[in-house]
Amino acid sequence: MSDNQRVIEIEVLRYNPEKDTEPFKQVFDVPFTDDMSVLQGVQYIKDYLDGSLSFRWSCRMAICGSCGMMINGEPSLSCETFLRDYYPARVRVEALSHFPIEKDLVINMEGFIEKLESIQPYIIPKEERTLAQGEYLQTPEQLASYEQFSSCINCMLCYAACPQFGLNPDFIGPGAMALLHRYNIDSRDGGKGERMELVNSEEGVFNCTAVGYCSEVCPKHVDPANAVNQNKTNSAADYFMRFLTPKGGAK
Amino acid sequence: MKKTLKRSNAPIFWALFGAGGMLSALLGPMLVLITGLAIPLGFLLPADTMSYANMLAFAQNIIGKGFIFAIISLFLWHAAHRIFHSLHDIGIHAGIIAKLICYGGAMVATLITAYALLAVGF
Amino acid sequence: MSLRRPYVRSMDGWWKKNPFFVEYMIHEGTALFVAAYALILLTGLVYLSRGEAAWNHWLEGLTNPWYLAFHWLALAAISYHTYTWFKIMPRTMPPVIVGGKRLPDWAITGGGLAAAAGACLVLLAVVWGMAR
Repeated sequence: MSDNQRVIEIEVLRYNPEKDTEPFKQVFDVPFTDDMSVLQGVQYIKDYLDGSLSFRWSCRMAICGSCGMMINGEPSLSCETFLRDYYPARVRVEALSHFPIEKDLVINMEGFIEKLESIQPYIIPKEERTLAQGEYLQTPEQLASYEQFSSCINCMLCYAACPQFGLNPDFIGPGAMALLHRYNIDSRDGGKGERMELVNSEEGVFNCTAVGYCSEVCPKHVDPANAVNQNKTNSAADYFMRFLTPKGGAK
Repeated sequence: MKKTLKRSNAPIFWALFGAGGMLSALLGPMLVLITGLAIPLGFLLPADTMSYANMLAFAQNIIGKGFIFAIISLFLWHAAHRIFHSLHDIGIHAGIIAKLICYGGAMVATLITAYALLAVGF
Repeated sequence: MSLRRPYVRSMDGWWKKNPFFVEYMIHEGTALFVAAYALILLTGLVYLSRGEAAWNHWLEGLTNPWYLAFHWLALAAISYHTYTWFKIMPRTMPPVIVGGKRLPDWAITGGGLAAAAGACLVLLAVVWGMAR
């Protein structure tokens, strides 16, 4: 080791379902350099200090969405959070909030996946279309209107940020709503009516109290709060207008 | 596994919350300044601005009635919605009882406001 | 037989653990002052309906130091409500396109605050005009 080798303390919330009744904190001394991310810090722990430490990661460049965790109480992608920014203070690392912990930093994301599937995340055509009609045409302006919502990397930081999801895990939540909104406002899509039932439901958008922390922590600037809150207006319109239209709005 | 989804009735209360929130955001500070500070302390406005004669005339006027009704009622519907959700946020999930106290309170106050505005005459 | 035993963490005291949430609870708390102020106005309206003596009694009550102190606090609280209401508005509004470009957050918040300032001044002007 170089004589200027600095060491930072990383405190990890550990949990082994086979051995522990509840999670506990464990502190590791991790030698680090200025270019090291928190992800590299936990990788050092796994490689050299405690091979049992479990965590998800993949691309290490903030695009796969795997490495989300609570770093000093804030939902963050560990691959783009750097140890140098905390030194000499201790870095506290914990599994993403509001999700059940399977082991160490690995959370149960099954509910999130189900929510993504439930909103029908694909173009529902407005009308029948033959191959001979060719591809959809879309202007740059039409693309621009939904592009930010299509940038979601499913990292779940927004769910870890959302206290309403924490208080009610059935809430559809920011990420799923961003994806829902992405399809609703895509000029090629005609499925808004089909997706309304979820938006209007007791698990829908009105669980949101506009805390706005989801959009604060989103690493891709998707602004899921905007997707949720725009759909409060849509849902309210559907609620009040259903008595006026022949189709009667969504169910 | 598709569970049966129940439509939420939140839009009613959310719309009232939004209207009251916008009204209180736009006019709240000046209303508090006028009625709670300028008139009692005697600055900014003539001393008899809120005299009985002036206020009665205002409350008897149809526009005045509308203004007073909107302010009192919408402020309270806004507060009821926010307070109900804040109770939930701090862990008080008193469900139907909390709803009755918050929204019920706003409803009672709305009715009293309407009654009083009719009572002052036209 | 699965050895999974997912651990669900408590939400107790969640809002105290992050400054963002502390601020959230504060701006939600301004609703208490909105409610209290509206109730004061409601009592005033009821006294107004009971005649001149009752109304003057209510007016005089407003000069009580406790009521004055409350209204100073209410002024601060409701002004903070105004500020935070328009600060969150970029999150709640659809995009506003002006001249082919999307209005940035500060323009939406600034516009809202300007509207509030304008509305307050119009209210003052109307009240002053009606009092003359």
